[in-house]
Amino acid sequence: MKTHRRKLAGHALSVLTILIALLIFFPIFWMFLTSFKTEADAYTDPPLLLFTPTLDNYQVALQQSRYFDYLGNTILIVGFSTFVALALGVPAAYSLAFYPGKRSNATLMWVMSTRMLPPVGVIVPLYVIFKNLALFDTHFGLIMLYTAMNLPLVIWMMRSFLADLPYEILEAARIDGSSLWQEFTRIILPLALPGLMATILLCLIFTWNEFFIAFNLTINKAAPLSVFIVSFKTSEGLFWAKMSAAATITALPVVIAGWVAQRQLVRGLTAGAVK
Amino acid sequence: MATLENRLRIQVAPPPNQKKRGQGLTFRTFLSSPAIIYLIVLTQVPVIFTLGYSLSNWNFLRPERTRFVGAQNYLDFFQDADVLVIIRNTLVFASSVVLLSLIFGMLLALLLNRQFFGRGLARTLLITPFLIMPTVSAVMWKNMLFNPAFGLISTFVVALGGPRIDWINDFPMASIVTIVTWEWTPFMMLILLAGLQSLAQESLEAAQIDGAGPIETFYYIVLPHLRRYIEIGVLLEVLFVLNIFGEIFVTTTGGPATDTTTLTFNIYLESFKRWNVGRASAYGVVAVIFANIVTFFFLRIIRSGEQKEAQG
Repeated sequence: MKTHRRKLAGHALSVLTILIALLIFFPIFWMFLTSFKTEADAYTDPPLLLFTPTLDNYQVALQQSRYFDYLGNTILIVGFSTFVALALGVPAAYSLAFYPGKRSNATLMWVMSTRMLPPVGVIVPLYVIFKNLALFDTHFGLIMLYTAMNLPLVIWMMRSFLADLPYEILEAARIDGSSLWQEFTRIILPLALPGLMATILLCLIFTWNEFFIAFNLTINKAAPLSVFIVSFKTSEGLFWAKMSAAATITALPVVIAGWVAQRQLVRGLTAGAVK
Repeated sequence: MATLENRLRIQVAPPPNQKKRGQGLTFRTFLSSPAIIYLIVLTQVPVIFTLGYSLSNWNFLRPERTRFVGAQNYLDFFQDADVLVIIRNTLVFASSVVLLSLIFGMLLALLLNRQFFGRGLARTLLITPFLIMPTVSAVMWKNMLFNPAFGLISTFVVALGGPRIDWINDFPMASIVTIVTWEWTPFMMLILLAGLQSLAQESLEAAQIDGAGPIETFYYIVLPHLRRYIEIGVLLEVLFVLNIFGEIFVTTTGGPATDTTTLTFNIYLESFKRWNVGRASAYGVVAVIFANIVTFFFLRIIRSGEQKEAQG
């Protein structure tokens, strides 16, 4: 009897969990749904659940606005800043993981503290420097800053993944007499690949979604999608369906990346403090 | 456990390239210095600039009148009546978001920490608000949820016989707190879930055998175990939430009047609306100092955790 009641309570909790999850997710689902409505269907009271879906909004959002320019900027900035951060950060992570010295810990802590620096604390000098060095509203300027944002993440995550590699395998490789470069490309890299992918995905999430720096240091030549989407902030005119279409395709890549990398998300977010 | 052993072994083991031991140090420096130098130039040097600007009355609109004013901007900071409002807003905003997301995150983590059909799906749905671009979230909430005429919340409230409310105008701070809590609850949930999953099943069973009820078990076993995770989650979220800008910009632009102007948003207004470089920089220095204090505690927790791991 008691176990039966407990089982029932367990089922009730499971159903409750799924209901809460659906409720929290509902706004996103609603936006997704609205992106397939006509503007007339989007503004109804009560809201429409059943309607004839249309792809017009996507066509308008993609073709009539400069969506592809912004998308191109985002991909360029996110891609390069992640790549440069890896090129600089992975060797640093390697040396911190395999050649730990007396000051390694202090270095790591300092690296993390640079990630915690509030952007508002440096935005004014960055603006002045960017204006003076003609970096304002350029891809190069944003790539530089986003690289600095990604770098601590790369160093922390990759160090933690590399330090977890089984030491015997590395030793065996050394006995076989492989060079450092061989050891890195043939043994360490394949083993650390899941960690590397997780790191890349986290860099992608943070830089793709970044708004404050992009908004203040670009106008239109190098502005990414986060800046583009803000043009929908006024609520005048019939535009919900188009807004939903633009917002959906803007947010989608990161949402999918995050879904794929769910397990690594926590570790990356907390700088490896939480396993 | 295997990972722990490996980590310890790496700490104790001699440097891999034993023959090159003499070169080990230079090699290490060679590998890590580009990254370190890059970070110094891009993050520490601008802070020094901010510090310098903060001691002047530089205004982009009147650059010719720029002169050194010493600590005047900082003194103004403590005397300005608006600053009190801004600090209050910042505290109300950050503490509400962190507290609410801690409570909801804890409940959700406890719910998810059970085996059931659809658990993976529930988890996937629940983390999505955190992945959505913040400006997309803000635009979506502002128009499709908070809109008094066609927004989902109003439709629902009116259908239940309630009044039609213009949420963002009537409750600006509560509206922003709602959006940001929605975005950040998954973050807290994920960290607490990781904590719950690292809790040894035996200690829970032992408590049950000793006759502890679910509330007692939570209070005496689960909560103490989660302490470190809660601390890490709270401190990290404080750091991130204090930087929030897009959500405020999209929904209220800091208004009405200064009702939703936080320290971060005020620095934006001071620098890019009033072009008051000197004062904005002084506020920026205050923000950096505050963030450093929070970071200090965060790093101390990480460090103590690592030492514990090394001893255990």
